[in-house]
Amino acid sequence: RRLSAHICKELEQFVDFLDLRTNLLRKMEINVVEAEKRTGKNTVNMQETYTVYLIETRPAETVPEGGTPATPDTLWRRYSEFELLRTYLLVTYPYIVIPPLPEKRVSDAYLEGKVKNLYKFKFVWHKLSADNLDPDFVERRRGGLENFLLRVASHSVLSNDEIFFHFLTEGWRERVLETGFQDKADSRLKSLSAMFRVKNPDKRFTALKHYCDELNTVISQLLRVRARVADRLYGVYKVHGNYGRVFSEWSAIEKEMGDGLQSAGHHMDTYAASIDDILEEEEHYADQLKEYLFYTDAVRSVCRKHELIQYELEMAAQDLTHKKQQKEELATGTVRVFSLKGMTSKLFGQESQEQRESRLAALEQSIQEGEEAVKEKNTECQEFVRTAWEDIERFKEQKDKDLREALISYAIMQISMCKKGIQVWSNAKECFNKM
Amino acid sequence: MSGQTVPADFSGHMLDLDEDEDLEVFSKNTSLADGSSMPNSPSSLVNQYRLEEDEEDQQYASTKDIFITVDNPESHVTAIETFIMYRVLTKTTRSEFDSSEYEVRRRYQDFLWLRGRLEENHPTLIVHPLPEKFVMKGMVERFNDDFIETRRKALHRFLNKISEHPILSCSPHFKVFLTAQELTSHKKQGPGFLSRMGETVRAVANSVRGLRSRPEEFVVMQEYVEDFSNKVSSVDKVTQRIIKEQREYVDELKQYSPTYIQWAGSEEMLAEPLKGVASCVERCGKETEDQIQHMSEVLVPALHEYVLCAETLKAVMRRRDNIQAEFEAKNEALASRKVDQEALQEEVDALADRVELANNALKGDWSRWQSSMRHDLRSAFISTAEKNVEYYEKCLAVWESFLLSQRVEPMEQRDGEDVS
Repeated sequence: RRLSAHICKELEQFVDFLDLRTNLLRKMEINVVEAEKRTGKNTVNMQETYTVYLIETRPAETVPEGGTPATPDTLWRRYSEFELLRTYLLVTYPYIVIPPLPEKRVSDAYLEGKVKNLYKFKFVWHKLSADNLDPDFVERRRGGLENFLLRVASHSVLSNDEIFFHFLTEGWRERVLETGFQDKADSRLKSLSAMFRVKNPDKRFTALKHYCDELNTVISQLLRVRARVADRLYGVYKVHGNYGRVFSEWSAIEKEMGDGLQSAGHHMDTYAASIDDILEEEEHYADQLKEYLFYTDAVRSVCRKHELIQYELEMAAQDLTHKKQQKEELATGTVRVFSLKGMTSKLFGQESQEQRESRLAALEQSIQEGEEAVKEKNTECQEFVRTAWEDIERFKEQKDKDLREALISYAIMQISMCKKGIQVWSNAKECFNKM
Repeated sequence: MSGQTVPADFSGHMLDLDEDEDLEVFSKNTSLADGSSMPNSPSSLVNQYRLEEDEEDQQYASTKDIFITVDNPESHVTAIETFIMYRVLTKTTRSEFDSSEYEVRRRYQDFLWLRGRLEENHPTLIVHPLPEKFVMKGMVERFNDDFIETRRKALHRFLNKISEHPILSCSPHFKVFLTAQELTSHKKQGPGFLSRMGETVRAVANSVRGLRSRPEEFVVMQEYVEDFSNKVSSVDKVTQRIIKEQREYVDELKQYSPTYIQWAGSEEMLAEPLKGVASCVERCGKETEDQIQHMSEVLVPALHEYVLCAETLKAVMRRRDNIQAEFEAKNEALASRKVDQEALQEEVDALADRVELANNALKGDWSRWQSSMRHDLRSAFISTAEKNVEYYEKCLAVWESFLLSQRVEPMEQRDGEDVS
């Protein structure tokens, strides 16, 4: 009886596990826990080194007292697979703001930051270059990838996607290729890069696009300023380390002042060392901002899709109008619009009644098809606008909440830094008093 | 038994001195204080110096009987040159001063003259340094406001240091400097150029000859002076570097606020917290500027002063060495020459006394100086540490008030929603 009860419980959990109707994250814990270097042959049969990330999933359940949590399922994925997943989601859900991935490559700014600090103060030319295998970069990426998965898993629509589920749990490559999304991706890429003018875009989308442009600019600037400020602050703290060294040397030649100087020097060393943790924490704030910087691209993508559909609608409507005019001309015999047939009939004489009637019939058919097309496109457009705007409202709320929290956590970080400063300088003052 | 009685005794004698004192002082044992008719023997002088060692500066402060301020720099333009005159105000209860208050105007050259005379009369006493003639780095213009203010403060300190020195403050030159309306006539008197030259030539000759052996305590002192000079210079450099880094930090920080404000312009819900952060960052920037200012006004001048002191100490040690060398040279001559032994013996004896007095003067002043240095630098460091604590406390308050405003807001929002 105990066995069957146990099996029942397992089955229950299994069923719950498969129930994807509700928010996936409520049912499943997702973590990207580790990163590892691998070497292997790439598509052109060349040896390459890349990083894989370990994804852990387990059912989200309350662990009984004294019990151990269930062992998670694990699998390894590399960055390019995450990219593939995201492209699939982009194509499959064009009306959704798809969460962004962390940076693909080490950016110049990242490298600059690392080099500057090491060069200035450590005088050790170790780790001058940072590539995609640089441990700090890999760690930041790991966090970003986990964040991406959590964002998708907590989205009411995206979390129900089967391909996403397979990405997390088992072989997904064949499945994702089966969907044939890559063709859609190619055509979408072409259309997105095409230049076209939309006559009547939904004003909200236009405004949203402008907002995204502004947000992108301002966050980029903020990140640049933050990096420069961090660099300077690093300098200030580290130079205090020199006080530590000199005070120590000085204390050796003094009698009464010696002890006070020596211990003050230690506090200066502490002060200088404290900046590393402070800036490490600040990196998280930068990452939060960066995520929304990348989000602006995702939102612009949705706006672009709307414009595309709207454009197609306008083209279809234009085409219909054109055909209707043609029909009118044919019916009344007036030539309002230049056509080769019209010219040739003028030059070579009128066509026969039969010809005219067959042409008219073809046009009627075409007009009917055109009207269907316009109707369909109109529905598609309206549906897109409705669903997209729904997700955009959701995104806006998420953005306001997340960024407000980011600002608050930044304030908390500053407070922590101030408290450390008060501590160190109060201690130093005590030591100076003993001089 | 406080050291304050020493100057008081001297002052009684000083009233008897006439203006020719300077000439006499030069030809006499220069290690003596400015009282010429000194009944005390060198040994009793030593005893009095030893008392200084235990003196705490606080005692001086509470029993201070002379207050000097240097202020009111004014530009003076003549046909030949332009220079700054400072007002020197003296308030004193010392009996050797005829009045209780004096106001004179002095220029930097006058201070140089005073210090020169003090060093001349007391070659192995540690005379506080003056601010430098020019500022080498930064090519600061001589009449730049900051430069003048920095110099004024240093001149003020110089005079106060002299007034706190038990021996130097009794110097007639010091009194003349503080009281005479016209200093020019006093400057003209004193040892002539030629006799000064003679002294320098002798000093150079003696240093070339070299010392037989320096007494152990002065060897130790010499080593300390070398090390101290290095360390204080290092601390000075580190401090300058910190200020430079801080200034660059503040410059970058100033970019933060406008960016946050720009962002706030395109947001609705986020506008308020963004503006809040902008204002916090701006306030912290101002506090940082304050802190830099404090460091520049308190720690930098204090350290700089002691960098200059180190050079003074080196000069004092050199002069002591020269006095010893001069004696040794004459002593040697005595051993070799047979002619005029008696006269030479007298000279050698006088020089021997001179050496002893010089050494004792230095020994006495040494511990006084060390104690003063410890006090000055300690208070400068304490002040800096206090300011830093204050700086972080102010920034803490700024960010905490921001947090508070953010915690209140959601509740207000909810109320708004309920109402609607």
